[in-house]
Amino acid sequence: MKRETNIESAVPLAGLKASRRNLLKGAGMLSGTLALSSTLAALAPGRAWALDMKALSSHQGRVILRFTRYLYPHPSLEDAVYALVVKDLDDKASADADSKNTLAQGVAQLDQIGGEDWLKRSAALQEIDVASMESTNFFKLVRSTAVVSLYSNEMAYAHFGYGGPAGNTGYLYKGFNDLTWLPDPPPTASGPIPPS
Amino acid sequence: MDNYGNTKNFSLDDDSVVVVVGSGAGGGTLASELAKKGIGVVVLEAGKLNQRASFIPDEWPSFHQLAWLDERTTSGSWRIAHDFPNLPAWICKTVGGTSVHWAGASLRIQPHEFKARTTYGNLPGANLLDWPLTREELDPYYARAEDKMGVTRTNDIPGLPGNNNFKVMYAGATKAGYKKCSTGRMAINSETRDGRSHCYQRGFCFQGCIFGAKWSTLYVEIPEGQATGHMELRPEAHAARIEHDQNGKVTAVLYFDAAGKLQRQKARAVAVAGNSIETPRLLLLSESSKYPAGLANSSDQVGRNYMRHLTASVYGVFQKNVDMYRGTTMAGIIADEEVFDPSRGFVGGFHMETISLGLAFYAAFLNPGAWGKEFAEAMEAYSRTAGMWIVGEDMPQTTNRVTLSQGVKDQFGLAVPNVNFDDHPNDIAMREYSYQRGEAVYMAAGADKTYRVPPYPSTHNLGTCRMSEKPEDGVCNNYGQTHDIPNLFISDGSQFTTGASENPTLTIVTLALRQADYIAQQMKANAI
Ligand SMILES: Cc1cc2nc3c(=O)[nH]c(=O)nc-3n(C[C@H](O)[C@H](O)[C@H](O)COP(=O)(O)OP(=O)(O)OC[C@H]3O[C@@H](n4cnc5c(N)ncnc54)[C@H](O)[C@@H]3O)c2cc1C
Ligand code: SF4
Repeated sequence: MKRETNIESAVPLAGLKASRRNLLKGAGMLSGTLALSSTLAALAPGRAWALDMKALSSHQGRVILRFTRYLYPHPSLEDAVYALVVKDLDDKASADADSKNTLAQGVAQLDQIGGEDWLKRSAALQEIDVASMESTNFFKLVRSTAVVSLYSNEMAYAHFGYGGPAGNTGYLYKGFNDLTWLPDPPPTASGPIPPS
Repeated sequence: MDNYGNTKNFSLDDDSVVVVVGSGAGGGTLASELAKKGIGVVVLEAGKLNQRASFIPDEWPSFHQLAWLDERTTSGSWRIAHDFPNLPAWICKTVGGTSVHWAGASLRIQPHEFKARTTYGNLPGANLLDWPLTREELDPYYARAEDKMGVTRTNDIPGLPGNNNFKVMYAGATKAGYKKCSTGRMAINSETRDGRSHCYQRGFCFQGCIFGAKWSTLYVEIPEGQATGHMELRPEAHAARIEHDQNGKVTAVLYFDAAGKLQRQKARAVAVAGNSIETPRLLLLSESSKYPAGLANSSDQVGRNYMRHLTASVYGVFQKNVDMYRGTTMAGIIADEEVFDPSRGFVGGFHMETISLGLAFYAAFLNPGAWGKEFAEAMEAYSRTAGMWIVGEDMPQTTNRVTLSQGVKDQFGLAVPNVNFDDHPNDIAMREYSYQRGEAVYMAAGADKTYRVPPYPSTHNLGTCRMSEKPEDGVCNNYGQTHDIPNLFISDGSQFTTGASENPTLTIVTLALRQADYIAQQMKANAI
């Protein structure tokens, strides 16, 4: 089911767009669909998402996405969030030839390990392959990008339960002290809540 | 044209002004205090004017807005040199300096900590010295600083209400036998005061407080100074060199303006408050034929004795939600370990203070470089995690040092600073002990698991132009006046003779208040 909505206004998707197949720009594209049960569905205007890439091919994008899933394995975290890592790597690749080469070489190396297409290898072997790449520049570039991109976006915030600024009005009247599984500290150790 | 709120502008040739380099906790306070006494002040601030409304409640974007990102290099065995080789310190480049994103913990240094050499004795490898100042001498100024900053639990100001992260700390601390745990003394309004709002527990103290509940020179000292008509703030003005005359007295500051053009502001006196990496760098960059080792460096102590506090963090994972990100970042303090008790296996003390990081910084700092299942598991537990930061006294060492990097230049062509750091054995022993104590607190509160987290890039940077009784032991006297050059002052944490176990800013502000009185008196007496 695709709902064609204007996704540019959907800030939470942070750079991903709704799937619009006719808008391909020549380079690669990644696409997917959010699971029906996804908590992220609330953040996205439609369930289908797509990422147009400037420098990476579709295959490179898919390999890097899968690779990142082994680096930071969160089984129930949507591909749409991992795609943000690919997006940032694509930005780096289009801005800088060295990064582009590093990514191309890494993907080529993985494909070689995998016979022809690394994506066809079994999960158990893929996991070992990722570990075996640890000293390569490819691994370092993907990891150092992923640790920022994967966890610094609204979809990740929702998945991991980070509330962020909560509408900028603060948590004073919205649960800053709502923990009930421990006793409340005595007033002498704490302080009064200002009246609203 | 934007005049940055200035009501007075000084000419570049006006040699009656005091030039203050840096508008952070030290520089911003000093400048404002001098202006209130009717002394003309020009504040040169390398960063832009980012007002409260522009703060970004998202860690990485905020970091790129506020942090000092000019190139720096590192060396030594500290882990930072490996994980963040170009980010030895996490401090700000913006009007208001690091007071924009400090957490607000405001503790007085204890009397015995001012006498570190006498109290701790001779520790091999540590360049310990007593401060040329006592707590008694500083107390009246501490009291003024606490009033000015609105520190909770002083001046009849109530404590802040504790958030979830504090509830966990408090429960664990009491079960672990600690007696001194509370929401601490914070320069954050627990009630509306001085025209500033109370805290709304928004949880972005490290990204700048849009409500202005937390004290910062950005919206307290600097506007007050400007309103006197005696102070001019110049943002995007990067001081590059301090000039002197034949007699060795300083006469002017050369700086790059927003357009990258070199300007020369004449000065009657110069006060440097660029935080403990930039301050020694500026003195070293100002070397001349008269001062070949840099300004105020006849003792060869400029840049040495760099301290960053012990620091370490412990995070505890629980079965139920903590949501540590809600509310003040430093919501509680355990003070029992602040004492001097060498039976623990080290000298000096430490504090445990709650800390919370958002998801993005938790990922970046939990275990830099880590990946794989274990790391992912820790991230999955984010909402069930509580955090504390350990602030302990680290030892001054002559080889822990800021120098000019050979061959690496910044955007202005100036040599970048290199920060060399190794832990002292005392630091290592204290960190191990404090990790165990932090773990004990969280286990007592019912944690399933705890994580030991290494120091972040340094947020407390101290000691690189230290105060000393004798000129050969340090860089400045107990007023921050350099031993070598009477009209050159050090006005930030670089002055600290030793680090003590308290967060430093209250003391930086206190020293600035005292220094302002001294500079005014010296000017009046025509001594400078
Ligand atoms: C995340 C975080 C949390 C913190 N929490 C606490 C806390 O709870 N309690 C506490 O006591 N302390 C805390 N601190 C530390 C506190 O922020 C610093 O101690 C304090 O701000 C230092 O004051 P300063 O004046 O020395 O330097 P800063 O406040 O850093 O100001 C220095 C200013 O000088 C400018 N500058 C540097 N070089 C030049 C140059 N060449 N020309 C012109 N301008 C220049 C810089 O841009 C900067 O604005 C925290 C720090 C961080 C990073
Ligand atoms: S928690 Fe309080 S002090 Fe901190 S940023 Fe929010 S309102 Fe300001």
